[in-house]
Amino acid sequence: MTDQPLYPILAHPDFVLLVRRKQRLYWSLTAVVLLVYYGFVLLVAYAPGALGRSLSGGVTSVGMLVGVLIMLLVIGLTGFYVYRANHLIDPLNDTLKQEFEP
Amino acid sequence: MKRLLSFALLSTLWVTELATAADNTSRSMNWSAISMFLLFVMLTLGITRWAALRTRTTSDFYTAGGGLSGMQNGLAIAGDMISAASFLGITAMMFMSGYDGLLYSLGVLAGWPIILFLIAERLRNLGKYTFADVVSYRLEQTPVRITSAFGTLTVALLYLVAQMVGAGKLIELLFGIDYLYAVMLVGVLMVLYVTFGGMLATTWVQIIKAVMLLSGTSFMAFMVLKHFGFSTETMFAAASQIHAKGTAIMAPGGLLSNPIDAISLGVGMMFGTAGLPHILMRFFTVRDAKQARKSVFYATGFIGFFYLLLIVIGFGAITMVGSEPMFRDAQGAIVGGGNMIAVHLAQAVGGSLFLGFISAVAFATILAVVAGLALSGASAVSHDLYACVMCKGEASETAQMLVSRAATLVIGILAVGLGLLFESQNIAFLSGLVLAIAASVNFPVLFLSMFWKGLTTRGAVAGSLAGLVSAVALVILSPTVWVKVLGFDSAVFPYSNPALFSVGLAFFCAWWFSVTDRSTRAEHERGRFIAQFVRSMTGIGATGANHH
Repeated sequence: MTDQPLYPILAHPDFVLLVRRKQRLYWSLTAVVLLVYYGFVLLVAYAPGALGRSLSGGVTSVGMLVGVLIMLLVIGLTGFYVYRANHLIDPLNDTLKQEFEP
Repeated sequence: MKRLLSFALLSTLWVTELATAADNTSRSMNWSAISMFLLFVMLTLGITRWAALRTRTTSDFYTAGGGLSGMQNGLAIAGDMISAASFLGITAMMFMSGYDGLLYSLGVLAGWPIILFLIAERLRNLGKYTFADVVSYRLEQTPVRITSAFGTLTVALLYLVAQMVGAGKLIELLFGIDYLYAVMLVGVLMVLYVTFGGMLATTWVQIIKAVMLLSGTSFMAFMVLKHFGFSTETMFAAASQIHAKGTAIMAPGGLLSNPIDAISLGVGMMFGTAGLPHILMRFFTVRDAKQARKSVFYATGFIGFFYLLLIVIGFGAITMVGSEPMFRDAQGAIVGGGNMIAVHLAQAVGGSLFLGFISAVAFATILAVVAGLALSGASAVSHDLYACVMCKGEASETAQMLVSRAATLVIGILAVGLGLLFESQNIAFLSGLVLAIAASVNFPVLFLSMFWKGLTTRGAVAGSLAGLVSAVALVILSPTVWVKVLGFDSAVFPYSNPALFSVGLAFFCAWWFSVTDRSTRAEHERGRFIAQFVRSMTGIGATGANHH
């Protein structure tokens, strides 16, 4: 393994920025997903009645809306991640690759 | 107790293609379904022939040359997830208990962003063919690869057995073919796809099936909505009027009422998906991390869309199938059992021709999923065990190809044999076990190897083994096996899903045996993390696509 030439990259400002942006992006989004999903699971376990309430007087329940919203949120968050990664992180990555790729 | 059992049923849907549809009310031969299925088989065999001509190297075999686009891979991943189990099983759950079916879909879907944020890109940047490449990146090859290959093979084989038994019973019902022939047919086609066409054929079979299933369900959902004047409120109102549980079907119905079990199931579904070898393998079929990222976005979109359609299909079926006497037998039960709901709905909205189409799609779905499983098992044998452990990376291409094909054949024979052996056994616990094992054996070690500098070989092996042993032991002691299969009065381990405990233990053991590892080898392994970190972040040095 040719590890040696990689070390100067650690001090490169673009690399430092790349790592910071990446980590902030994926840890914060992961936290959102875990909070929303396990929050929902606990709501189902502790307060199923709250989810069973009628949404607007009809049969459609609050829980149905919440379920559909979580599905859309999940799709939306992956889209947001891809958008941010493509626009904020990839350009940095490309410069680094050009400079350091053997 | 009943609650716990229904809970076990929930996790069952994940893998067992409807082992519960066990009543042997074989239908007469369904010719439109059979002819459409034959068309699918001919098409896929044609693709296999085309793929065989392009599958020359091991890289072609394991990863289709690594040149698939994000869209193609996304469809293939979605295809792996939207199996016959989710299509027929979730529809059945919504038909029986309404909202609870939705809880299950959410658990599966919520795992995907986690895979995207934490796993997909790093995996692509660090690995080549299997996830063991990533775990063993800076650790000692032999012990780590053996444990990872063992984890892969356990998951793939158990999953295959569950699929085979379910498939045999489903095909018996749908096509009126004998269980024996059904299982053999699935086994033979699976081996043909994989041995000759490798990952290229396996992926295209999966893509075609995903498109067929997505279009079929879209059509069904559209027809259901049309029936209710495009008002979901009318649909829900009609459903709760007819359903024995009334408006209770619009709320959670006790499936996840125990918080520990609920979280444990969530952990199992979320991290189990991230530990399934045949899913992880798909990230090596794209060119780079960017395409891997795109594929998860497409996959999540397709899977989410599919589950949204299932809400319409499941609740629509309550009215359109439930109130229709032709779908009920003399005793008032659904003809063919609960898992036939989606198939009956197909007949209700599209007549017998569409019924044939949906039956053929269900069969195609099983084939596509088992092919991916067989391929992941074969790769663990030929790449991890043969090429990297036995030959220390010096194996020739020809020898590796031979080993991978032989491994596929053996896996196929094992799967068919076990499928026949377990025909009348209660194997519902298998599916829960598969996900728990994937979550406990593969995921913690994979995650730590990428995110934690301190992981050593000793920790990785200890973590995997602890996960495996505790997952198996807890499933055996749980109500699903201890009470339901072994017939004891009460379970030793009170929860149906072990994931929370076994994943926790795997993480703990991996951590403990790493931090207490004072060997020089461990010191070197920690020192190599920084180079791995740079590569995982930037992709510099990652293996690219194979150009012909």
